[in-house]
Amino acid sequence: MLNIHNLHASVNGKEILRGLNLNIRAGEVHAIMGPNGSGKSTLSAVLTGNPAFEVTQGEIIFQGRDLLQMSPEERSCAGIFLSFQYPVEIPGVSMVNFMRTAVNEHRKYKGEPPLTAGEFLKLMREKQTIVELDKHLVNRSVNEGFSGGEKKRNEIFQMAMLEPKLAILDETDSGLDIDALRIVANGVNHLKRDDNATVVITHYQRLLDYIRPDIVHVLYKGQIIKTAGPELALELEEKGYDWLKEDATVY
Amino acid sequence: MQQYIDFFTSCRAEIDAQCHPLLNVRRQQALDQFLRTGFPPFGSEDYQHTDIRDLLKENFGFYLQPPTAMQHTCNMFQCLVATLNSYRYFMLNGWFYDENAAADIPQGVFAGSLNVFAACYPQIFERYFNRQAADKGDGLSAFNTMFAQDGYVLYVPADTIVEKPFQLTNLSGGNVSALTNRRLLVVLEAGAQAKLLVCDHSTNEQQASAATQVTEIYLGEHATFDFYEMEESNRKNVRLATTFVEQAALSHAIFNNITLSNGVTRNNFRIDLSGDHAESLLYGMAIADQEQQIDNQTIVNHLAKAGHCDELYKYVLDDEAVGVFGGRIVVAQAAQQTQAFQTNRNLLGNRQCRMFSKPQLEIYADDVKCSHGMTTGQLDENALFYMRARGIPETEAVMLLKFAFMNDVIQGVRIDGLRDRLKLLIEKRFRGELASCRCV
Ligand SMILES: Nc1ncnc2c1ncn2[C@@H]1O[C@H](COP(=O)(O)OP(=O)(O)O)[C@@H](O)[C@H]1O
Ligand SMILES: [Mg+2]
Repeated sequence: MLNIHNLHASVNGKEILRGLNLNIRAGEVHAIMGPNGSGKSTLSAVLTGNPAFEVTQGEIIFQGRDLLQMSPEERSCAGIFLSFQYPVEIPGVSMVNFMRTAVNEHRKYKGEPPLTAGEFLKLMREKQTIVELDKHLVNRSVNEGFSGGEKKRNEIFQMAMLEPKLAILDETDSGLDIDALRIVANGVNHLKRDDNATVVITHYQRLLDYIRPDIVHVLYKGQIIKTAGPELALELEEKGYDWLKEDATVY
Repeated sequence: MQQYIDFFTSCRAEIDAQCHPLLNVRRQQALDQFLRTGFPPFGSEDYQHTDIRDLLKENFGFYLQPPTAMQHTCNMFQCLVATLNSYRYFMLNGWFYDENAAADIPQGVFAGSLNVFAACYPQIFERYFNRQAADKGDGLSAFNTMFAQDGYVLYVPADTIVEKPFQLTNLSGGNVSALTNRRLLVVLEAGAQAKLLVCDHSTNEQQASAATQVTEIYLGEHATFDFYEMEESNRKNVRLATTFVEQAALSHAIFNNITLSNGVTRNNFRIDLSGDHAESLLYGMAIADQEQQIDNQTIVNHLAKAGHCDELYKYVLDDEAVGVFGGRIVVAQAAQQTQAFQTNRNLLGNRQCRMFSKPQLEIYADDVKCSHGMTTGQLDENALFYMRARGIPETEAVMLLKFAFMNDVIQGVRIDGLRDRLKLLIEKRFRGELASCRCV
């Protein structure tokens, strides 16, 4: 589904990703772990086409297409979704209007007619329950005045609305208490299918107790320096990253 | 400038012939003032960015006779806010047009031509007409008084409450480039309530057109007035408008000045809160791109106790557009317990457009609450990307963000039908569809 080959990317002239390789198949759940500042969010920004980040080398193929040639909105319609580490507040734009526009753009992309007002509201209600999102939140401006936990739940709600092929969850667990964590994880598991894939970016083993990864990667200084099964996450929890840094031959 | 003085002198008889004597007697004094001051000079304190002398240097034609073939124009023209349930009136090139005028208005209320009002209500006319303009006006309003031959009057007698809004559509245009001088007079006596929407249109985009407009508003004690003004002209149009407001004790008013599309616009607003506990909400919305220019100057004078004024002006500029905002708040020594707040926020679409903003506070009383704030910035890149990452195309995301930026000004409109209509118009404007779609 996704093949990243020798990816180099920089921000403000500073190289952050330095030859990253990653392959993800449909049906898989990948976890990407790594210390702060190693480039995890940069990877998610590059995958979604954030114009602040420049790809200087390498390629990304998503479902047979050259992802780097696609605009952020096109990538979204093609099935890439990012649950932002820091969801953005947009005062004056209501959640309803925001989501209706997004959903209908996705439908347009697939050649489907826009949803009627009634159909849309029904869909919203249905998806809200998946993440137990408070009803009144959808009548507010996007993320405005939402608590940290509400913002994260709102991300998963949007994911449920858009039903992506590849979902990237960037530290969706940080700042969540156990209850919220379970709700978010349930939401993600609920949306899991054989024909889509999930990338969970996290610091902690905690979330991985709820969303079980098939493959765990360690990202360090802009490269994947280790890839293993779910047991790696436990090992990282126990030993930290230092033992891996010594192994890392690339620097 | 001299060309206008010569023209005025030579056509004086023709100008007077069409008008009520009570209008004509004001012309001489106005001429004297204009001879003294001329148009306000470019670069003077309040005219740092708008050069009136230059804007009016062209040899504009004048419509000194009431138009005869206007019926056609007025019937053809459908104002964009036509769906509003209102009492409707038209003016063409400054002349009131009574063919289509609403007739079913409440007893005692006058809405119609300035000349007719002068004839029917000479005492009220004399008490109010040109009083503020003569006292507080500059060369521009004097010029208007010299040439204005007709206009629109809304007079609501004491304790009369009119729920349905009045709507005046100003049309200007013709086959030659012309200068129109129109006049508005609003008198709400004590306890009266009314709403007025003025739409400013031009029908001919091939010709340059210019208009001066002087509006005098008098609000009696406990009167409540909503005044919405919307310009939707074209790139060859010049609009030079001055509004004077006098508010008696406990009166309450909303002023909302909207520039949707224009050429060069200058709006002067002067509000005197003359009675205790008078309250004004002052909103402005300016949308400009290409080479459009919008210059709004507001003065709010707190002259009596416990007045309240809340001012919010917002600009969205693009391309080479120029926005100017000057906001002066004066709190006189007698105006204790005044509350005066001013906010100016501007959104710039690129690096070519320019915004000049100048807040001024002059406070001579000690027990007051005053504040002002100004921000000028670009669209929030993070918000833009967030929306695109959800599949919303960039142009659509930009539109939604600009629209959201104007939301609080839109919410300041208290006529439901107008607010909904306005949302549509603003959306069209941001999509660039307004210019090509004036009629609905
Ligand atoms: N917009 C930016 N401007 C400058 N530096 C950035 C920006 N975003 C990230 N960085 C830098 O890139 C590096 C990687 O950051 P990030 O990808 O956010 O790491 P992680 O998500 O793994 O904690 C850090 O050194 C960070 O300071
Ligand atoms: Mg991060």
